[in-house]
Amino acid sequence: MADLANRTLPLSGFHGGSGAASLSVAAPATRISLRAKPDAVSALSGALGLSLPTKPKTSASANGRHALWLGPDEWLVIDENEADLMAAVALSGVLHSATDISHRNTAILVKGRGADVAVNGGCPQDLSLTAFPVGACSRTVLAKAEIVLLRTAEDAFRVECWRSFAPYVSALLNEAAEDAGN
Amino acid sequence: MSGANRIPGAGRLTPAKTARFFFDGKSYAALEGDTVASALLANGVHLVGRSFKYHRPRGIVSAGAEEPNALIGVERDAARKQPNVRATVQDVFDGMKVISQNRWPSLAFDVGAVNNILAPFFAAGFYYKTFMWPKQAWKHVYEPQIRAAAGLGVSPTEDDTDHYSSRYAHCDVLVIGAGVAGLSAALAAAKTGARVIICDEQPEVGGALHYDKSVTIDGQDGFTWAQATAAKLARMENVKVLPRTTAFGYYAQNFVGLNERVTEHLAKPDRKLPRERLWQVRAKRVIIATGAIERHMVFANNDRPGIMLASAARTFLNHFGVAVGKKVGVYTANDSAYEAAFDLKRAGVTIAAIVDSREQPGEGVLTEARSLGIEVLTGHGVVDTGGKLRISSMSVARNGGGAARKIAIDALLMSAGWTPSVHMFSQSRGKVAYDNETQRFLPGTYAQDCLSVGACNGTNDLQATIEESLAAGELMSNASGFTASEKLALQGANAFAWTGGMAGAAEGAGPDTTVKAFIDFQNDVCAKDIRLAVREGMHSIEHIKRFTTNGMATDQGKLSNIHGLAIAAETLGREIPKVGLTTFRAPYTPVTFGTLINHSRGDLFDPTRKTPMHALEEAQGAVFEDVGQWKRAWYYPRAGEDMHQAVNRECKTVRDVAGIFDASTLGKIEVVGPDAAQFLNLIYTNSWDTLKAGRCRYGIMLREDGFVYDDGVVGRMAEDRFHVTTTTGGAARVMNHMEDYLQTEFPHLNVWLTSATEQWAVIAVQGPKAREIIAPLVEGIDLSNEAFPHMSVREGRICGVPTRLFRMSFTGELGFEVNVPADFGPAIWEAIRAEAEPLGACTYGTETMHVLRAEKGYIIVGQDTDGTVTPDDASLGWAVGKKKPDFVGIRGLRRPDLVADGRKQLVGLLTKDPTVVLEEGAQIVADPNQALPMTMIGHVTSAYWSENCGRSIALALVAGGKAKIGQTLYVPMPDKTIAVEVSDMVFFDKEGGRING
Repeated sequence: MADLANRTLPLSGFHGGSGAASLSVAAPATRISLRAKPDAVSALSGALGLSLPTKPKTSASANGRHALWLGPDEWLVIDENEADLMAAVALSGVLHSATDISHRNTAILVKGRGADVAVNGGCPQDLSLTAFPVGACSRTVLAKAEIVLLRTAEDAFRVECWRSFAPYVSALLNEAAEDAGN
Repeated sequence: MSGANRIPGAGRLTPAKTARFFFDGKSYAALEGDTVASALLANGVHLVGRSFKYHRPRGIVSAGAEEPNALIGVERDAARKQPNVRATVQDVFDGMKVISQNRWPSLAFDVGAVNNILAPFFAAGFYYKTFMWPKQAWKHVYEPQIRAAAGLGVSPTEDDTDHYSSRYAHCDVLVIGAGVAGLSAALAAAKTGARVIICDEQPEVGGALHYDKSVTIDGQDGFTWAQATAAKLARMENVKVLPRTTAFGYYAQNFVGLNERVTEHLAKPDRKLPRERLWQVRAKRVIIATGAIERHMVFANNDRPGIMLASAARTFLNHFGVAVGKKVGVYTANDSAYEAAFDLKRAGVTIAAIVDSREQPGEGVLTEARSLGIEVLTGHGVVDTGGKLRISSMSVARNGGGAARKIAIDALLMSAGWTPSVHMFSQSRGKVAYDNETQRFLPGTYAQDCLSVGACNGTNDLQATIEESLAAGELMSNASGFTASEKLALQGANAFAWTGGMAGAAEGAGPDTTVKAFIDFQNDVCAKDIRLAVREGMHSIEHIKRFTTNGMATDQGKLSNIHGLAIAAETLGREIPKVGLTTFRAPYTPVTFGTLINHSRGDLFDPTRKTPMHALEEAQGAVFEDVGQWKRAWYYPRAGEDMHQAVNRECKTVRDVAGIFDASTLGKIEVVGPDAAQFLNLIYTNSWDTLKAGRCRYGIMLREDGFVYDDGVVGRMAEDRFHVTTTTGGAARVMNHMEDYLQTEFPHLNVWLTSATEQWAVIAVQGPKAREIIAPLVEGIDLSNEAFPHMSVREGRICGVPTRLFRMSFTGELGFEVNVPADFGPAIWEAIRAEAEPLGACTYGTETMHVLRAEKGYIIVGQDTDGTVTPDDASLGWAVGKKKPDFVGIRGLRRPDLVADGRKQLVGLLTKDPTVVLEEGAQIVADPNQALPMTMIGHVTSAYWSENCGRSIALALVAGGKAKIGQTLYVPMPDKTIAVEVSDMVFFDKEGGRING
């Protein structure tokens, strides 16, 4: 296996934002796009070691692994410890589709008291804690880019986007973070 | 002293806080909090601009957003110039430069004023009739001349150095307007715990309380109450108070656009702050509390500087401490103007007379006028005014005629009544209803979850407004799921209840055809113009509006629409509601382009997508081309090479040795599930059942109509997993197309689609030495022809990194496409280059890729096809499964015109002169000597110089093309006609042996 030195990460070393909303690039993670019908949810949950969420805009997290509900039969599974998710779900023994998208996506972390304001600079979702509590997630837009938004804390979001959109997404968040204040 | 007309003790500004500004180069003193209008008036300046069409001297008419006349330019520096700013809403800041508009050489002496004398030639609709001949002259003479003569400010020529921002927000209750009504509603809503946003266009809340000093609320002075209430609201967690913020557009599902002016009032704004901020608010409920706008009186020469709305004069006095004149006349049809006279009189200004068109003004104001010793002329009208650059007199006569009495004045206040501001309600698609008794259009049928309160709802009485607004605030919160623990109550009191009001022309506005009694100041539309429009046959208000341009200026007829309508109705002899009302459209007031585009400029105008290897290619000197949002390496020029030389070298090197190409942008879709093959059978024209795992196939997909939609190579990774590739430009729409069919037509299939375009970096290695280049790097895959033939795919490792290695070719050479997880792309690219370059191979770009594929007759969907090409037209009939029972487009392919003879077919073209390269898009004819217009039988789709063939090559769509192979056709160009021979589409290695090398 080529070591990390041979990996060229999108937005490598990126830091930005403002006092109200700091921006940084998330560490590499493994990711799969998981598709399955309702009857496979429990076996897949077992294989992944977390309960796949079945309610819109919700996620489940355990030990650095996150499963984000994106649609009635679709989840984005992220493992911050870079575990082999393809292998994990292969053991489920139930009908499903898993595609490795570890390198397709990258993530920008938005943190601070103005994190919601910064994201709302380009994202039309209601990010109040009642409408979008910690753990809430959504495939949505940030201005002209598609993102998957996950609230990781009251004042923190993980913004997943396709790698080629990362410069756009980070630059837009940077402007919006400045507008969120110091 | 900040202006001679500032009255000590009057107004709310602080005398110690001064600022200086320049108007047309002359320096003036102002106070902090002044608008440009109030500061100019304080200095006795009434003349601020010239009118649009007649260049008549114009002054300040209003004190608010409805201002039609006082449009100015504000300059901070060469780049930051804003034309057409309303002087009544622009705060003065220290050092500000203000310029007047539409005048030359100066505001006081304007050559264009000759238009006023020539006015008979510029009647309404004149440009539809006068400048008809000669036809050509309109475009080149008349229109440019008219545009130069008419008009307003001048746009800046430099790039705007300000920046603008955007914010989305949600709330339970959005309150538009922060006067008594809006503040009361917000207070009631906020108390329930609902999320409230309240915005107001002015720097300070209060609305009418700016001028109406007589109001008390709960015993407190009205304006003071408003500020305290706003401060209280701002301290609440659930409330956002946005002053200087105009709600400009009301869209579907309670989506409202707000424009916040963040730094426009500051002398030295922090450059980190945006100049303006666009708020896009989604509100569960909206409360519209936008008040009412006073109308002017329509009479002869009612546009001289110094003539203004009564409420404006009251605002300038009571808020800014400025007397608009020393001897002031009043012309009114409404009680409200009396209060302006009272306030001015008490401030020491002489009131020459109150001229009231009514016989019976309200009893209260009449008594008060008498006790103040003000002469009131009831049943009278102002029939003319005098003065040049400022009003100097009014001529007053009894209604119905009689001798006019000339009264010397230096300002004239007017009020024809109040027009409820139903703009937001109307924009929400609510239907207004005409109230006959009060002659007003009021909110009628609601279309969205909103409620109008206060003056915009036709509620005049202060206490009634408060109660209605408190109730609305509570009701709208309840509807959003919030309830208050206790009821709010507020007690309001004011001096007079107002009566009266009129719409249309007053005495002295005609009916003769030469009197200029303006209804639309900004577009110079007079009462006579509306009458002319009716005489010319316009009966619909929409036609009258467009014929006269009434209400079509930047103020959108805030003062003029009702007058225009009333005059039209009178002339037509119809009731006002029968004539109809024009539609209110966004924006309520002009919004800068900067605000609308906010972040989307420069690099953020649109996402620029770069491949993982982009930086390395850039370092190598690649020139890039735009392909959709992608940047793709176009060619790699070496020192001294132009594009042509670079491409020739690259083309030759690939065929002689090998080339390396970044193909990462190709769309990739992972199709997974037990029914994957069955799904592909339905999406593609060819069959996938027989494709074994580890093999690839070229596939074509059609639209329902039978035309080619996209193509690409599909690899079968496993029984239930396919790696589909699409064209670069087609990636997103092909994914949508597949998903659409999967969800709507084939939902029974167990198959799922995932976009994997960006998961993989793709490096194509093409050419006779391709195998030699990658062999040292690849582990676990037997690269021999036997084990890994053309159109195969294997999984293994390259430089230790997992790869999906395809044996495929878009060049006709032995070729591989190395797919690696995208982060590894740059390292693998460099490793492959390190193997390739010692062998004499090179990197190549998209131009070379295009030439090489054309040499082999491989089409590019979207270049050689245009949405009207069938597989057979493109000589791809072999890729349509003849025995397949079904696929998308199968019925389309059987349409008679798709199987008819003579269809345009893709063929090759060889110019008779091999050095001539055809132009893509050039038309093709059979007989170059035929009469014009010639019959065109096709066009060139691709044309290149082929270094490998030593001649030019081209592909073309030609009617009945395949039957014409060997024939000579012609390509007429502006300077010559090019003879071409029709050929097949393969120009190089016709036997196709190289691909299996």
